[in-house]
Amino acid sequence: MSNKVLEINNLLMQFGGLKAVNDVSLDVHKSEITALIGPNGAGKTTFFNCLTGVYTPTSGDINIIPPGKKPIRANGKKPNKVTELGLARTFQNIRLFQEMTVLENVMIGRHAVTKANIFNAIINGKSTREEEQKIIHDSYEILKKLDLHTFSNEFASNLPYGAQRLLEIARALATEPFLLLLDEPAAGMNPQETISLIGTIEKLKAEHDLSILLIEHDMHLVMNLSDRCYVMDYGKLIAKGTPNAIANNPVVIKAYLGEDF
Amino acid sequence: MMNRVEILKKSAINAVIGILLTFPITVIKVNTIDQEITWRWYMMGLVGAVVLIISFFWIRQQERQNSGSTFKFNESKLGLKYHSIMSKPGVTKSVLGSAVLLIVLIPFITTPYTTSIITSALIYIILGLGLNIVVGLGGLLNLGYAAFFGVGAYTYAILNMNFGVGFWLALPLGGIASALFGAIVGLPVLRLKGDYLAIVTLGFGEMTRIFTENSDKLTRGASGIANIPKPTFFGHAFGYFGSTRYIYLIAVALVIIIIFIVWRMENSRVGRSWVAMREDDIACESMGIDLTQSKMTLFIISSAIAGVAGVLFAAKNTFINPQSFTVWESIMILCIVVLGGKGSVRGVILGALILILLPEYLRAFQQYRMLIFGFLLIVMMVFRPGGIIQNVRKIYKIEGEPTNE
Repeated sequence: MSNKVLEINNLLMQFGGLKAVNDVSLDVHKSEITALIGPNGAGKTTFFNCLTGVYTPTSGDINIIPPGKKPIRANGKKPNKVTELGLARTFQNIRLFQEMTVLENVMIGRHAVTKANIFNAIINGKSTREEEQKIIHDSYEILKKLDLHTFSNEFASNLPYGAQRLLEIARALATEPFLLLLDEPAAGMNPQETISLIGTIEKLKAEHDLSILLIEHDMHLVMNLSDRCYVMDYGKLIAKGTPNAIANNPVVIKAYLGEDF
Repeated sequence: MMNRVEILKKSAINAVIGILLTFPITVIKVNTIDQEITWRWYMMGLVGAVVLIISFFWIRQQERQNSGSTFKFNESKLGLKYHSIMSKPGVTKSVLGSAVLLIVLIPFITTPYTTSIITSALIYIILGLGLNIVVGLGGLLNLGYAAFFGVGAYTYAILNMNFGVGFWLALPLGGIASALFGAIVGLPVLRLKGDYLAIVTLGFGEMTRIFTENSDKLTRGASGIANIPKPTFFGHAFGYFGSTRYIYLIAVALVIIIIFIVWRMENSRVGRSWVAMREDDIACESMGIDLTQSKMTLFIISSAIAGVAGVLFAAKNTFINPQSFTVWESIMILCIVVLGGKGSVRGVILGALILILLPEYLRAFQQYRMLIFGFLLIVMMVFRPGGIIQNVRKIYKIEGEPTNE
């Protein structure tokens, strides 16, 4: 299969005696939305943290395949290196730079694709000034795309909750990823906000030619968005397939709702 | 919201409690030699009045804060007037120009004593700006900053004693030595976060001081190094008055250069990444920022600035010993940053001026200095945790777009 952008084989993450992620294999295909679902504590976020370099997995392989390039084994790479490879993530419990402005939050995202170092900053030559202007301009364009540009100079902490979630996505987009990892993007949103989020994600995916891996609890969002679905429970993969097949899979229903249903 | 009478009632209760609590030490005075007890009843009234007044303003301020009406300079009458004057064309330039002129003229119109004190304050401004990079921008608490200051000062003193190195060569060398020391300390230390980082830097600071106190050959131990030459002007040495003025002017120039460097750094790609690191290190790392590299850069730059300040300090005082670089010194510099406003250049300048100049001019209250400092810090932390001049983020204007301000 040449159209994979991410290939994970037999990933194991062990904390002492606890196997938080146990023998999970998962593929993400180009220009598809892959969903990873599962009950609370199933190990989904731990899985994400292994992927993005926050944890070093105990064993297994993580291969990142940038479009048109050779696969790169990403086990144990530091988070900033993983981002440079073209993976960007959002966080389940919002982690914005609270006391920076909305625009600055996105500008930080441009860090990975710009160069100016400390000496450039002090001398502030022509190329540095131009780069800075470009950072501001590009960041503003990204904000515009997500309808956040009216908040540009507000502190991130002053944004309404839904907008904060969007800003996390904007910030991730600014790193120019080919694979976007969304950790519960709809958590805490009301049904209207969720519907509008579905539209936004689809739009961004088309415009930036993104592949997306998302963790979600909201079944409505998963059913509407995802092309492929993986289900985790107690650290193990218990099912995979199309969203419809998953919804009717007895093993999945049992994991979510218990034996009697 | 409480009215004045209620606040007064509360304050009166506080005053009574205050009188009762301090009764044994303020009112009763025991003379053990004559075996006499003096009852200083008037102290009761004094304590009561002081507690009543402080308590009244304290509660009133807290009430105001709770009801959300904090003092905002830009919206106050004075602030509006200030902005309307400053926005007139040419005013900013002439104000800045005359300020610079005044600063340059100070040593020629005041006494050498005043000049010397202000030079001290300028050295602390440099130190404050240096520490501010680490604490204010990067959010890394460094409690051993005086050690880097010391490394700079000792670099000049030792190089001069052994090789006759002059001030102007020592100035960059002191910075470099201190930066190297920062790199060596930073490598192990910067793996830690928060409280642990504070404790370890405190330890390193003390280690450095104890080392200088005990290595007799290199640093002459606790007796220190004397006869450090003052800076020369192209080989020309000044007399006492001349050199005091000259060092003052060098200090002013260094402060201006460092403010310039800090401003440039703050609003750059690298400076932004430092602030992001302060706000959330995990998110920062996942935005493609190398935390180790960022922290090292921060630490090294801040150390270099302290080193430069150290060389200046050694040249000004012509004598240094380990007692100038104790933990107290580190805490003092930290107070300057916290009181003035973390991350704010103007704040740090104001903080240094307040904390260094006030004690000099209030010599009469010397005994109460620490008491006043402590009280000042408590009041600040309660009512204005961001410092006197709080740091504001830069507002970016986007061409062709209406701003929402």
